Amino acid sequence: MSFAEIQKRAMAEWEMLQYSQTPRILVGAATCGRAAGAEAVLRAIDRELKQRNIDAIIVQVGCIGLCYAEPLVDIIKPGHPRICYGNITPEIVAQLIEDYLVKDNPRPDLALGTIGDGAVDGIPHLFDLPVLKSQLRIILRHCGFIDPTNIMHSIANGGYAGFVKTLGMKPEEIIEEIRRSGLRGRGGAGFPTGQKWDLCRRSPGEEKYIICNADEGDPGAFMNRSLLESDPHSVLEGMLIGAYAIGAREGYIYCRAEYPLALERLRIALRQLEEYQLIGDSILDSDFSFHLKIKEGAGAFVCGEETALMASIEGKRGMPRSRPPFPAVSGLWGKPTNINNVETWASIAAIMQRGATWYTGYGTGKSKGTKTFSLVGKVERTGLIEVPFGITMRQIIYEIGGGILEGKRFKAVQTGGPSGGCLPSDFLDTPVDYDSLTSAGSIMGSGGMIVMDEATCMVDIARFFLSFVQLESCGKCIPCRWGTQQMLDILEDIANGRGRPGDIELLQELAESVKDGSLCGLGQTAPNPVLTSIRYFRDEYKAHIEEKRCSALVCNALVSYYIDPDKCQGCVICLRSCPAGAIRGGKRVVHVIDQDKCTKCGTCLNVCPPRFAAVVKASGERPAIPEEPVAVGLASNNRGGQQQVWPLQAK
Amino acid sequence: MASSSVVQGAQALLQEQEETIEERLNEILSSYQGKKEELIPVLQQVQQVSGYLPEPAMKRIAKFLKLPESTVFGVGTFYAQFKLVPSGRNIIRVCRGTACHVRGATCILGEAEKQLGIKPGESTSDLEYSLEATACFGSCALAPVMVISNSVYGRMTPARVKEVLANVGGEK
Repeated sequence: MSFAEIQKRAMAEWEMLQYSQTPRILVGAATCGRAAGAEAVLRAIDRELKQRNIDAIIVQVGCIGLCYAEPLVDIIKPGHPRICYGNITPEIVAQLIEDYLVKDNPRPDLALGTIGDGAVDGIPHLFDLPVLKSQLRIILRHCGFIDPTNIMHSIANGGYAGFVKTLGMKPEEIIEEIRRSGLRGRGGAGFPTGQKWDLCRRSPGEEKYIICNADEGDPGAFMNRSLLESDPHSVLEGMLIGAYAIGAREGYIYCRAEYPLALERLRIALRQLEEYQLIGDSILDSDFSFHLKIKEGAGAFVCGEETALMASIEGKRGMPRSRPPFPAVSGLWGKPTNINNVETWASIAAIMQRGATWYTGYGTGKSKGTKTFSLVGKVERTGLIEVPFGITMRQIIYEIGGGILEGKRFKAVQTGGPSGGCLPSDFLDTPVDYDSLTSAGSIMGSGGMIVMDEATCMVDIARFFLSFVQLESCGKCIPCRWGTQQMLDILEDIANGRGRPGDIELLQELAESVKDGSLCGLGQTAPNPVLTSIRYFRDEYKAHIEEKRCSALVCNALVSYYIDPDKCQGCVICLRSCPAGAIRGGKRVVHVIDQDKCTKCGTCLNVCPPRFAAVVKASGERPAIPEEPVAVGLASNNRGGQQQVWPLQAK
Repeated sequence: MASSSVVQGAQALLQEQEETIEERLNEILSSYQGKKEELIPVLQQVQQVSGYLPEPAMKRIAKFLKLPESTVFGVGTFYAQFKLVPSGRNIIRVCRGTACHVRGATCILGEAEKQLGIKPGESTSDLEYSLEATACFGSCALAPVMVISNSVYGRMTPARVKEVLANVGGEK
């Protein structure tokens, strides 16, 4: 079958669905949707439709990125625009089917927005909402719209047209087009993709390989997972284009085992490619042959590093080696190899479909196009977003993300995962692009963007990242294996109230040695979260060391719990709940926490009735409290003349 | 799948493993060509069937792939996915990624430890449950999350940990 015929068939199938006289129900069933309860919603829809004898088409789509409102269900009634509903439960979906499908009430109170032409009274257009308005969807254009397990949906929406176009081009022309697009590697380092391909193409050798790095290991990042689950064909199309341009006949997708659904959808997509002869020998009757294998990772963060990844594909321990030689010269099994990240491959497909000139219309001087980010942490609207380079952090966090959770104050935003850094509010108006982030001390990274509020302790965050890289260090080179351990020990001391003067300087000195001496990117960048947090939040480190105070009330060793004698009503709830038996008192007697027995589990704070709010979490100072339980109301007379110093840090 | 017979306890498990290991391995290995690069997929499949990598199995795999036993053991110990001792029938994984961390993963892990009476990396004595702290499952927008046999539970609270664990593998 020619590609034109495949396209014709795909269009027919797609249009039949679009103009169907049967209502359609789309359910976001990527991992995040499922985690929020999409499977129970799907079962409820099925049950409800059967019971009411309603004929409807159910499509499991990928993730549109509005994870904060998951599970999402969209309903399209013939002749009406598509309406997207959020925070759906089995009960709500049953009600929706009754109200909208049966009675024609679109329930604006439950709707997030409409998609496409036409309007519904009382429901805004989804893409006019602040969360989507400043987004630009190139890579994620199909996510949430197509059935990721149906190649026809992809092809009907332009999928593989870019690849088929490149089959009629010279490889050099394709590389030139990619070079002109200004595309830089989306895995983190930002190396120009066109140049990378050119190096590999020019490398002598008949056998060459291409690899898709889907070992998305940065904690707090899930862009690749979501894309592979929602639109795997865009990635595969990019790989076909790359293989043809570089001259590779074999390729691998290295995907982490923690992403079972992404792996499943990739396998389905690959089978469909084989079915339509879009992969294998003599693709679409051309001279071009390409075979692709999926390799499942086995749980090692370092395998995101390209030389470690290749060792892992070869069946070895995933340990990096020194470069040069670079993979473009000697990679997998010693052959020239080109490795790109999932998002880079997906961008290729879009560029070849619409051209480099179109692509360069978006972004900034040296950062062209768009970038996806996982916007998570202490932000109101968490989710997967795609924005043009040049947008500011403030727009991302406050417009798209809706600001800080529970109205708290912004403290920092973390980009680049364990290789990146934490940027304070001074950088909120900095444009987001490769070079600005690097000059601020962080990196673009693969796209994790973790927002932190005033209740986040920067020493704890530095310790968190360091303990992560320490665990994931492969152990091959000493600076990484032991340097990070030493740094972690110092941070543990600081967080546990054992910090000493000079610790900050010692951390900085060690950090430089680890950066300079480590073999691969993991070690070379491991100190970054520590260095940026010292650079921008030095006062917090000093408070931990000098005053033994954690202002965010996170470092448990520096935190104490007290009961405010003026507020305690002697209700004995905390006394009965305390697992350590550390609370003394009685009915109508003010309770006192025995600090020696207290394990700082926080149970008393959680169980104290909000109308009393008598439990106080404090750090750095010891409030004056009665030494022994006293009758409620008498507390203020029993402070032995001490001045009242609390509440210090009421939660 | 073998897993249903594993619940009888460690003793029965080990005995049963030894008896059928040869048979099961032959079945697994028959779908491979004996190339060195197949080591990780082979180990993954063996672990999927047995729940861990028994020593005799690793020896047999080494022979099949013509690799030194030390290489097989080296790979088995390098990757976090591989277990050298049997783990519980239900593996409770608490995510400790960055987003989960800033949204209270420590409390979630603490509650899971309390409910199961074990620390991360340990299994209950009846091999019913294992607890693991892992970073990251990529469901960061629903942080904090917990994962039990490929099902992700999002927006966890200590109270929900109790509720979810109560519904895993019958009673606890």
